[in-house]
Amino acid sequence: MTTLAMQLKEWSSGRSLRRRIGWLIVALIIAQGLYWSVRRFFFGLGAVTNLKDHFPWGFWIGFDVMGGVALAAGGFTLCCLVYVFGYHRYHSIVRPTVLTAFLGYILVAVGLMYDLGKYFNILHPVVYWNLHSVMLEVAWCVMLYLAVLFLEFLPVVFEKFRMGKALRTMQKASIPIVLAGVILSTLHQSSLGSLFLIVPEKLHPLWYTPILPVLFFLSAVAVGPAMVIVESCFSARLFRRGLELPILADLSRFLLVAVILYMGVRVQDIYVRGVQGDLFAPGFETFSFWLENLLFIIPIVVLSIPGMRERRPWLPLSAFSVVAGVVWNRLNVCWVGMIRQSGTTYVPRISEVLVSVFLVTVGALAFYLIGKYFPVFPELEAKDNYGASCLKVDPAPQQLRSVSESE
Amino acid sequence: MPKAILLDFTRCIGCQACEKACAEQNDLPGDPPEDRLSWKNFTVVLEAQGQNYRRMCMHCLTPTCVSVCPVGALKKTELGPVVYDPYKCIGCRYCMMACPFQVPTYEWQNPIPVIRKCIMCNERVEAGNEPACTWVCPTGASRFGDRDHLLAIAHRRIAAFPERYVDHIFGESEVGGTSVIMLSGVPFSDLGLRMDLGNRPLSDLTWTVMSKIPNVVITGAILLGGLSWIIQRRMDIERENLDQPTRRDDADRGEGGAL
Repeated sequence: MTTLAMQLKEWSSGRSLRRRIGWLIVALIIAQGLYWSVRRFFFGLGAVTNLKDHFPWGFWIGFDVMGGVALAAGGFTLCCLVYVFGYHRYHSIVRPTVLTAFLGYILVAVGLMYDLGKYFNILHPVVYWNLHSVMLEVAWCVMLYLAVLFLEFLPVVFEKFRMGKALRTMQKASIPIVLAGVILSTLHQSSLGSLFLIVPEKLHPLWYTPILPVLFFLSAVAVGPAMVIVESCFSARLFRRGLELPILADLSRFLLVAVILYMGVRVQDIYVRGVQGDLFAPGFETFSFWLENLLFIIPIVVLSIPGMRERRPWLPLSAFSVVAGVVWNRLNVCWVGMIRQSGTTYVPRISEVLVSVFLVTVGALAFYLIGKYFPVFPELEAKDNYGASCLKVDPAPQQLRSVSESE
Repeated sequence: MPKAILLDFTRCIGCQACEKACAEQNDLPGDPPEDRLSWKNFTVVLEAQGQNYRRMCMHCLTPTCVSVCPVGALKKTELGPVVYDPYKCIGCRYCMMACPFQVPTYEWQNPIPVIRKCIMCNERVEAGNEPACTWVCPTGASRFGDRDHLLAIAHRRIAAFPERYVDHIFGESEVGGTSVIMLSGVPFSDLGLRMDLGNRPLSDLTWTVMSKIPNVVITGAILLGGLSWIIQRRMDIERENLDQPTRRDDADRGEGGAL
């Protein structure tokens, strides 16, 4: 009886209980995801989505594919900074970032399988080419960049299994691999914007512009460092290890410059096309537009203040705001901006959202397991709970600096 | 000689014979008839402002759907029909998204769905016959023939009866011209057709970007490769020139190769 009572007590005690509840939620999400997956693949798209003839692209394309690709942008921006521009002080966060991008792209490919009507033909673009189709470019970029991300992640596997020779060979090829990754990402990020160049009559003028590919690329460059910061905080919590705050604070300058650059081009574009009248026109598009862009403008203000830029919770919150802004931008282009001219309405069915939640959860679980069993964070040691909560307020900048020097 | 269909809505009596012929020709359930194109209806007869009209695939001369299909499942034949190969199709539905006339439809309830749309009875046309819908039309509201010939007829009708027709042939030049051309007594915008599509094929918009991909790749490779070469060299020199490396430089040095 006493052992049972003790076990019960242990079960329900603080941290252990929280962990158990966490795992229970993960299990529930996966169970419901599998249920909807069966419905999707056995009863068709109509059984789980609200898609219709006049609204053929919905939440899965907007969030899973377009949002997913954007959020994997940390991979190419950070690799470009470290290997092309020589910012080797970011080296310690390259591996988790590449892992995030790799898993992100796998999720994009899997999400695409859910959305494609004839998913088993997903490799047809390898064989059948229509060089006029942006979708062909998208398909090839997903495949090639997935291969590049696999190569970029391979050293972790080689190190895990102590394959020294393979590791050294790989390291010699790292610059060409990174260059290929950056160029492929440039093409891929922009091509998702190019997809919508074909619908000038359907997409709302607040989003339709001939420079959509440029805007998609620039916002991807901005969301890259933001995603690195968010992912670092997430994994610091998940693995109860030290948060590389000095590195992230440094990275926030790139984030700030990239977001200002993106917004600068975005505002110019609106005035060059002369649609500033739409900025305050009544309608749900205007509301959605301002929501999207405030998610960029507020971080610009916050990150411009040095005392806030380098401290929690402002740094992770700003980064998260940019991430949300980019996701909302993709949803606006794919969904909100397309509603008015479609002659119909579309709101994602709850099962569409739940499938996306399922995919993201599986991705996070994969990140956790790989991070636990592979040398993804080799240069960082656990620093007793320092990174336990990203959102806790830092004591003072002076103390912060001393932490960074002690490293 | 490219073929076309002339739809003169002022002559349509709304008998829906074309709908039934279409359903029979393509093995469609077709019954009950719906008020919009769907996987069950490749054409529909509707009514607006007291005039009957018909919707079907416009069979554009430079079709948007053909340009966006990544695997080339949609094709424009020399005779005019825009045809579809379900075997190649991956189901991305970009054709549905891109079509300025919202024509392609989908089998949403089918686990292995295909795109459904009018293919201008391609087999009949290739055999020298006319499509089922024009063949059964009792009043000549739907008429099949050479595109140039039908355009000439349309212009003559507008000139002869200016009070009966809107002075516009829809499809003569819209999005680069279509193989289904229309005459109407009421404004085309009331028939659910957009008048703001312009006269250039929409595919021009994406081709201007697609055609630049090789340039982006070459320029990007030279720029990034060159930058990386110059910067790495500068860092190597700085490292050699330092007598006493400080902590900061240790951090900066990193292990260049390891990913």
